[in-house]
Amino acid sequence: MQRFAALFESLDTTNATSAKVEVMAEYFRSAPAADAAWAVYVLMGRRVKRSVGQSLLHTWLIEEAGLPAWLVDETYGSVGDLAETIALLVAADVPGTQAPECGLGADLAFSRWFTERILPLADLDPAAKRAQVTGWWRQLGYRECFLVNKLLTGALRVGVSRSLVTRALAAVFDQPRIQIERGLIGEWQPSADFWQALARNEGSRHVSHPYPFFLASPLEGPAAGLGAREQWLAEWKWDGIRGQIVRRRGECTLWSRGEEIITARFPEITTAASFLPDGAVIDGEVVAWKEDRVLPFAHLQQRIGRLKLTAKILQDIPARFIAYDLLELGGEDIRPQPLRHRRRELAVILEQLSGQIIQLSPQIPEVSWQDLAAQRQQARARGVEGIMLKNWESHYGTGRQRGSWWKWKIDPFVFDGVLLYAAPGNGRRSNLYTDYTFGVWSGDTLVPVAKAYSGLNAEEIQELDRWIRAHTREKFGIVRSVESHYVFELAYEGIAKSTRHKSGVALRFPRILRWRKDKAAGEADQLADLQRVLAEQRV
Amino acid sequence: MAAGSVPQIYTHSSAADLIVTTADGLYCPAGAFHIDPWRPVQRAVITHAHGDHLYPGCGEYLTSAAGAALAARRLPPDTIVNALAYGEVRDFGATQVSLHPAGHVLGSSQVRIEHQGAVWVVSGDYKRDPDPTCAPFEPVACDVFISEATFALPAYRWPSSAAVAAEIHEWWRGNRARGTASVLFAYALGKAQRVLAELTSLTEEAVYVHGAVASLTDIYRKEGVTMLPTLPVAEAPAAHYSGALIIAPPSAAGSTWMRRFGDCSTGFCSGWMRVRGDRRRRGYDRGFVLSDHADWPSLLRTIRDSGARRILLTHGHGDTLSRYLCEQGADAAVMHTEYGAEE
Repeated sequence: MQRFAALFESLDTTNATSAKVEVMAEYFRSAPAADAAWAVYVLMGRRVKRSVGQSLLHTWLIEEAGLPAWLVDETYGSVGDLAETIALLVAADVPGTQAPECGLGADLAFSRWFTERILPLADLDPAAKRAQVTGWWRQLGYRECFLVNKLLTGALRVGVSRSLVTRALAAVFDQPRIQIERGLIGEWQPSADFWQALARNEGSRHVSHPYPFFLASPLEGPAAGLGAREQWLAEWKWDGIRGQIVRRRGECTLWSRGEEIITARFPEITTAASFLPDGAVIDGEVVAWKEDRVLPFAHLQQRIGRLKLTAKILQDIPARFIAYDLLELGGEDIRPQPLRHRRRELAVILEQLSGQIIQLSPQIPEVSWQDLAAQRQQARARGVEGIMLKNWESHYGTGRQRGSWWKWKIDPFVFDGVLLYAAPGNGRRSNLYTDYTFGVWSGDTLVPVAKAYSGLNAEEIQELDRWIRAHTREKFGIVRSVESHYVFELAYEGIAKSTRHKSGVALRFPRILRWRKDKAAGEADQLADLQRVLAEQRV
Repeated sequence: MAAGSVPQIYTHSSAADLIVTTADGLYCPAGAFHIDPWRPVQRAVITHAHGDHLYPGCGEYLTSAAGAALAARRLPPDTIVNALAYGEVRDFGATQVSLHPAGHVLGSSQVRIEHQGAVWVVSGDYKRDPDPTCAPFEPVACDVFISEATFALPAYRWPSSAAVAAEIHEWWRGNRARGTASVLFAYALGKAQRVLAELTSLTEEAVYVHGAVASLTDIYRKEGVTMLPTLPVAEAPAAHYSGALIIAPPSAAGSTWMRRFGDCSTGFCSGWMRVRGDRRRRGYDRGFVLSDHADWPSLLRTIRDSGARRILLTHGHGDTLSRYLCEQGADAAVMHTEYGAEE
């Protein structure tokens, strides 16, 4: 554990990516195999099933800290992170406190912390859980105490991306990154065996193993800058869940881009896919589709949210799979072949299916860039997000590599909202107020409509943080309500009716575009403005 | 999460008080002097020479003998700076004023004011941790204690300065092994010299210092403080600084002055470095928890030691500390000042 904690600290205290890759590689080379596997798991942002929630930890902290509850919360509000607040208030090495007799014994290996301590917590009754966890707090130092709390409650954010982890692994195993990526995709259990399989370039060899997704980059300049129009395939950018159908050895599996198996959630797609030839992998988009058109994303979300699919929901929100690409054919990886070839093969195998549940992504025929741009303006009316441009000669790559695949999105919707609430962010922003809630006018009151975390630069964040602290109306735990004063221009991708929000609407992917200091709160938008957009979208 | 835990802001005001807040700063009507004013006034008693406590342009200044040279260095020439030895009493109007060590930086003082048998103490900035560069804090019994509250949250508890010095030393050694320079940002007055003094138990090597640090370090040396030898930072190729330790004020971070060190590792010494969010956000490679202010346990202990029946709290988390003290049965309130929370 101490060794991983030291790695975490090194990663946390450097901003240079090359140094991060170096320290990870060093750890992977020297750590026991099982520890290295768990480290990969955690650093990639995967998490074990949570056995203790934030609110329980919060309750226990108040009981353990020997301080008034409001003071613990005041401290939590200032520190901004519960795991760290615990480490600062009750860890064994908090200066000036007496460390109790250490019952934990010598340092336990990182993997055994999971297998012998964290995972078995799930089977304990609440009192035993509390005794275990608070016992760890009292016996671990600041660094380890913080880490254990983070591992208990979810993601460990340490400024390391998946691609940095695979870079380090590629260096350690002397394998190309694409092979490492393949070995890490999908579901796998961290263990010494897994680590050794990864080292032998076997990794997670599930029969239904998907390929890493190839992602497009946003097109910033004019499309005409891409050269001759005929070198590019243009298709709609569908608003759904990117997915992969893997058909091998008589089985069908549907994977989401988040590498989750979602087969059971879309039985109609799986049934249709069972008629595909064996040894085929198709990349595409799961969308909600009814009466010959795509439904807004919010409908699909309702479908994903249901644990149990009823006949009614299957009927109300039917799903389809729009196929973009063919990655494997007859059991052979055809990703290195040009898109022109892959798409031809894709069309051939889809023609053999009956029904339209799995359909080929239609090609946009317009021959000039100018006509294509005009089509893009119609995207919203079609219920799509814009246009995808893919070079006909491109192979199917890994991750986001610029140059051959572009997304040419339509401009987002915008509105002006008033800042209503603020809460501290995470990680780098954990004691800054960076999680904002914005509202619009409904009569003479402001109703919250959107939460946004991004869009301001570091200086604006600092300035707004100071303003928030000085203009707080009320504190609710770590959330503060502020005076209705500042207006922000926000962008969003879509709007849906919501019964969960007081405003009756839910916005998709809201983010801040500009701080409108030139506008007074009274000049912000009305709820009626958003309702009009909603009405137009549903036509 | 407990909702509705809204701290009450206690305000301080009474015409009978020995010290009051005015637009110019803390003021003693019976003695006709200000303490650490933030606008020019006739007579200013100064707790220490940091910028937010030493405003230029006053008619005359009174400071401790140990801090007089520092104050004079930071004020325009021809400014009248009077010095008082620690413990020595001077009459101002109907009051008796004396200065007592605060342990914050060289020459830092608490101000004790006695008037008709009542004793008030203004702490200025202070700490209780040992510091080889200045006289240790001396508890002064009083009726009313005006205390700073910069770090008045239970999260702020300082590790021992020896442990922090060892961390800084280890970081410097590690960077040297990689052939890079270590640039340590620390306040030019106080913190920089404390680091130079703490490191003497670990090395005898010379340390490069920024010009702003150099002149103040000279004054510390003249006052008899033992520190590592220092060298001025001059124009030189990056290779010249490879493996070296350089101490600079935080304002130098990100400036063109930094370019001469090439690819270097940066560190920052401050009490704020106790919290990860602050460590990460400031963008330094390393944060060292070294503060010249009192941490949470020291604040509570000092307030208890003062024996005061009434506590007034100035800058920082004064509202939090006053609420806590009131709940413990003390008479505490916030006193609004314009002192900064920078460290």
